[in-house]
Formats: sequence, C-alpha cells, structure tokens
Amino acid sequence: MNDGAPDPLPHFVSHAPYDTGRDISLTASAAPQWRLVLQKLRRRRMAYVSGLFLLLVYASLPFSEIIAPYALEDRNADYLFAPPQAVHLFHEGEFAGPFVYAYKGVANLNLFRWDYVIDHNRIQPLRFFCSGAEYEFWGRWKADFHLVCPDRNGVLHLLGTDRLGRDMLSRVIYGTRISLSIGLIGISISFVLALLIGGMAGYFGGLIDSLALRLIEIIRAMPELPLWMALSAALPVNWSPLAVYAGLTAILGLLDWPGLARAVRAKLMVLREEDFATAAILMGAGPGRLIGRHLLPNFMSHLIASATLSIPSMILGETALSFLGLGLRPPVTSWGVLLVEAQNIAAISSYPWIMLPMAPVILVVLAFNFFGDGLRDAADPYR
Amino acid sequence: MGRYFLHRMSLMAPTLIAISALIFLVIQLPPGDYLSNQVAELRAQGEEANLDKIAFMRSEFGFDRPLIERYGVWIGVWPGANGFSGFLQGNWGWSFEYNKPVREVLGDSLALTVLLNFATVLVIYLIAFPIGILSAAWQYSLADYGFTFLGYIGLATPNFLLSLILLYYANLWFGLSIGGLMAPEYIDAAWSWGKARSVLEHLVIPVLVIGGGGAAAMIRRLRANLLDELQKPYVTTALAKGLTPFRVLLKYPLRMALNPFIADIGDLLPQMVSGSVIVSVVLNLPTIGPVLLQALRSQDHYLAGFILLFAALLTVIGMAVSDLLLALLDPRIRLSGRPAA
Repeated sequence: MNDGAPDPLPHFVSHAPYDTGRDISLTASAAPQWRLVLQKLRRRRMAYVSGLFLLLVYASLPFSEIIAPYALEDRNADYLFAPPQAVHLFHEGEFAGPFVYAYKGVANLNLFRWDYVIDHNRIQPLRFFCSGAEYEFWGRWKADFHLVCPDRNGVLHLLGTDRLGRDMLSRVIYGTRISLSIGLIGISISFVLALLIGGMAGYFGGLIDSLALRLIEIIRAMPELPLWMALSAALPVNWSPLAVYAGLTAILGLLDWPGLARAVRAKLMVLREEDFATAAILMGAGPGRLIGRHLLPNFMSHLIASATLSIPSMILGETALSFLGLGLRPPVTSWGVLLVEAQNIAAISSYPWIMLPMAPVILVVLAFNFFGDGLRDAADPYR
Repeated sequence: MGRYFLHRMSLMAPTLIAISALIFLVIQLPPGDYLSNQVAELRAQGEEANLDKIAFMRSEFGFDRPLIERYGVWIGVWPGANGFSGFLQGNWGWSFEYNKPVREVLGDSLALTVLLNFATVLVIYLIAFPIGILSAAWQYSLADYGFTFLGYIGLATPNFLLSLILLYYANLWFGLSIGGLMAPEYIDAAWSWGKARSVLEHLVIPVLVIGGGGAAAMIRRLRANLLDELQKPYVTTALAKGLTPFRVLLKYPLRMALNPFIADIGDLLPQMVSGSVIVSVVLNLPTIGPVLLQALRSQDHYLAGFILLFAALLTVIGMAVSDLLLALLDPRIRLSGRPAA
C-alpha cells in the first residue's frame, strides 16, 4: 500500500515495519490477566502512584531499625519536648551539604516549660550510611548501622521529641511496622473467613445460606467500635504485649469478614448456575475443586480490590483502640500508641508536634482508598 | 404497608435476641469480675468486714449461677434473686463502680446520644442532597472536582483525629475550648435560652466531624446513581418534549436515584454510632461514649453491657426505620414480601 506509491491524502503513515506480535500480546486472549489489570491500573495516575507509595512503605517495614536515626527507646534527657529541626543546605550563602543547626533547651521558669534556642553558628551535618545509636536488629542482632545519623556530638530530631526526649521520627518509623502489619494480617484472617463462609453459603444455599446470612446481619448491625472496645478490654491484663498484639489483630480480623463474605456469596450464587460450572460438575469436579478452580478465579480480582479497601478500616481500628488505651500497650509502639500523648489538650497546644503521628495515618489511609478504588475499576480488564 | 411493617418488625426480634446474647458473652469474657477484684483489694488491705456484703452481692446478682441463667436474669425471662427483674421489666442492671442503678448513672447521656446521632443523620442529608445533585448535574465542573476531592479527604481522615485537629486549632485561633457540652458558666445553671444556645453551639463541631465521612460516602453514591439515570432515554424524551432541564432533573431521575439515599442510612448508622462514641471521648461530650470506656476499663460489666445493647438497639431501630421509609417510598419493596396473587 505505501511501498513507493504516493499517498493521495495528506495524512501521516508510519513506515516502521508492523510488528504483529506486539498487538497480539496486548489482547485479552494472549496476556495473563494480572498484566492487563496492571496495564489498566497504570492509566489511573492517582491509583498507580498510591500503589507504588504503599509498596515502598511496606517494603521498608523489615528495615525500620536501619531507617530510623535513633533506636525506639533512646532517651535524651537534655531534649525533652524539643521542636522539629529543619534540614538546611546552605550556611551563610555557601553550600554545606544537608545539615541542621544545633539547638539547646533553656528552662522557661514563667511557663514551666523548655524553650529551645537555635544556635545559627553551629552546624551539625547529617551523616549517611553511618554508625550511630545501637539497636537490636529484629530484636536479635546487635548493630549500629543507620541510613542517616546525627552529627557525632549533635542531635537530629526532624519531627521533634516527646515527653521523655525520645525522637518522634524514629518512633513513627517503628510504629509503621506495627500499624501496617496489623492491617495486613487482619485482612488475611478476614479474607480466609469470608471465602470459607461466603463460599459455603453461596454454593450450598439452603440452611447453611440462611444461617450465614443471619450471622452476617447480626454482626453488621453491631456498631463496630464499641464491640471492638469490649473485646479488646476482654484481653487479659497479664498478657505480654506481643500476645495483646496477636489478640487485637485477631479481633479486628474476626469482625471484618461479613462485607466480603456477602460479596463472595452473591457472586457464587450467580456463577454456579453457569454452563461451565455444570460442565465441571459433570466431569466429576467436587465442590472444593469447582469453587477453587472454576468459580473463584472469575472474581478474585474484585475480591482483592474490596479487601484492599477494607485494610484502612483495620489500621484505623487499631489506631482508635490504642488511642483509647484499650489496644496495644508500650513497649509495642504503633501510631495509635504514639497518639495517646496527643490526648492532652494542654500538651498539644504547647507542643503541637506530638500530633504528627497523625500524618502517616491519614496518608496511608488516603493511599489505600485511591489504590483500592483504582484496583476495583481495573479489576475487570475485559470491559 | 401494615403487613410490611409487621414483617419488618418480626425480623428485628431474633436479631435483637442474638445481639443481646453476643453482648452478654462478650462482657463476661474478661477473667474475673468487678466483685472478685474488689474482694482481692479488700483482702490486700486486711479488711474482712465488707466481705460479707460482697458475698451478699454475689448471690444477689447471681454470680454463682451458670452463664445461661445469668443471661436469662439479665434479660428478664428467668427469675433472679428478686423474681423477674431484667430488661423486660425495665430494670437495666446495677453499676458496681458507681454503686447506683445503671439508669441513674446514664441519666441524660442516653437522650444526648440519640440527639447527637439524629442531628448527624439530618446534617448528612442536608449536606449530601444539594451537593450530590450539584456534582451530578454539572459533572466535571470545578465544583464537582472540588467536592470530590473534599470527599476523599473526608473519607480518609478518621473522625477522632479530625476532632483532635479542630480542638487544637480552635484553641490556637480563637482561644476557645470546643470540648464539653456547654460553656463552663452554664454547667450548673438552670435551663435557659442562653444555655440551650451554648449546647447547640457545642454540638456543631461533633455533628460535622461524625457526619463528614458519611456525607462524603453518600454524595458519591447519589452522584453515581444520578449520573446513571441522566443517561437514560427517558431523560432525552422529556427534554425533547420541551421540559426545562431543571424540571426534568427534579421530576424523574432524582426520584429514581433517591432509593439508595434512604437505604444508605441503614449502612451508615453503625459507623455513626461508632464515631459518636470515640468523638465524644475526645471532645469530652457527656454521651454514652466516655461512660462505656470507663465501664470497660473497670469491668463494670452490667453498665458496659447495657451501653453496648443500647448502641446496638439504636442501629437496629435506625435500620428498620430506613427500611420502612424505603417501603413507603417504593411500592416494589413494599409488595415484594407478599405472595403472588
């Protein structure tokens, strides 16, 4: 067509050789579903960016000790309620690398608080990939390697310090590990329960179905938070903090499944009437194989999207419970545990930075919402 | 309609029984109870005189009976130490911590809780209705984008954190405390217009904080539903016949999109009651929230149990009301329960 003969109409014709393989690989018949979903997701900018952000945060969880400039319980009695420091690059017009100005607490005897005076002559350069405060990596191996450390004789409190002079940034980073893992473990429990109960209800119908439906109705009619509060208040006081962590995760997971189970049930009821399901049964597939191999994959991506959307409610649940003093207890540190300090209006009006653990909560919840919404739209790539 | 009403009400009874049993189990879960903690404390102080009184209370409240019997006594279907005396007889139980009947401990806080949640529902409607219509009718306009963005923020910001932030900024900018139910000078004063105004002023922030997330969710639903309806051919027909766009919008698609508007309240209610509990704790409102927290901490289990039951009752009744309203609005729902003639 375009070999030599002049084009009668003035429009653009690409002379690049046509690669049939490329287009075929993009059609529904050839590419695996997850690639199509990913491709569709990539077109939704907000969802994609949020997804990458969440991936990055979750990937950082195993390395909290290295990322945090201080260890979790490091106290510095000279810096109680010290305000956040700003990172500067230029000192008196000259490039000096990233550094902070030294500051020092001065007792204010009128208001009975510490005022911090910044010394603009003393610069304390940040050190990177350095050895600093000692910690136990995963509670096992002693180490002192950090991504960023304060100057040898200086301090580095990018988000300020708390009542005991502990670095807020480090505590928020350690808290991330607990808060985010609760969301992930909780959703796994709820996901398995939803598949089991919703699957049985939808597939077998009849008595099992109406029993499951009743149970779902009852749990959904209970206001979530009061029930969570009652259950976590029931965790024995003499349990170790780690056992409380496990118990709390179980509570959050055990009460979250009804929404998902309803979705599983509704989908299964429609799909089990399809011809391909009948064909599978006639070929001798048992209920387990039929559900797992033939029915579930049809709406797995939808389920994962819905599950993603309910992770934030778990993270918020843990935060709320710990905030109320019914959830996790120190030394286990989550965002909610950190926010307990912010309950005191007198403290937050003098030292507003102790409210900062709120920021990661809101960011992560927002990211999960954007990502989940995008995933839900992308879950059906054939449309 | 009467038939549907009866049908819906008969559904409520088993749900309530199951919920009350669940709650009773939950409040009995913690090892030990208020009285045995008390005994341990008295023993530690070397005091024996009060032990008799506590032993009396143990039998009075049936702590020595099996679980199922205690549940029966609590509900009022099993004779207790004083004959039938449970919820069905109007006895809400005894608070060990306050040493008063639960009814006296709670007092006005129940009414305030209902008022707070009712006001929140109203505010959700008042906010969501105009904004939902606006952003559907002018889709992709600046207002639409603005409200969508605000909605995302509203959905993502947990209400107790939002109330903390507001508490801080109200203090910083206006130097006033938005916590509490009324200005301090009215606390012991008799009811007057000034006091009522002060109470209303103090309710504005909590209502907005609790209702914000729900309103955002409802705006999204209403917008999506209305957009679906607006694409249907009957809208084109109506426009072609010469109706003004405004009249078309209000007359047909809006009515079709109204159903979820009523139905959603049933789903939002549990969230709202949850929200009112924690926001009340943060903002120091005398609703059932702070009392529940304290009761759970001190294992004052009849008090905690009653509050949990009350919260559940509030949502169950709210859901039933929203279902009934829906049936009133839509004959298809009202008649679906009936056998085909």
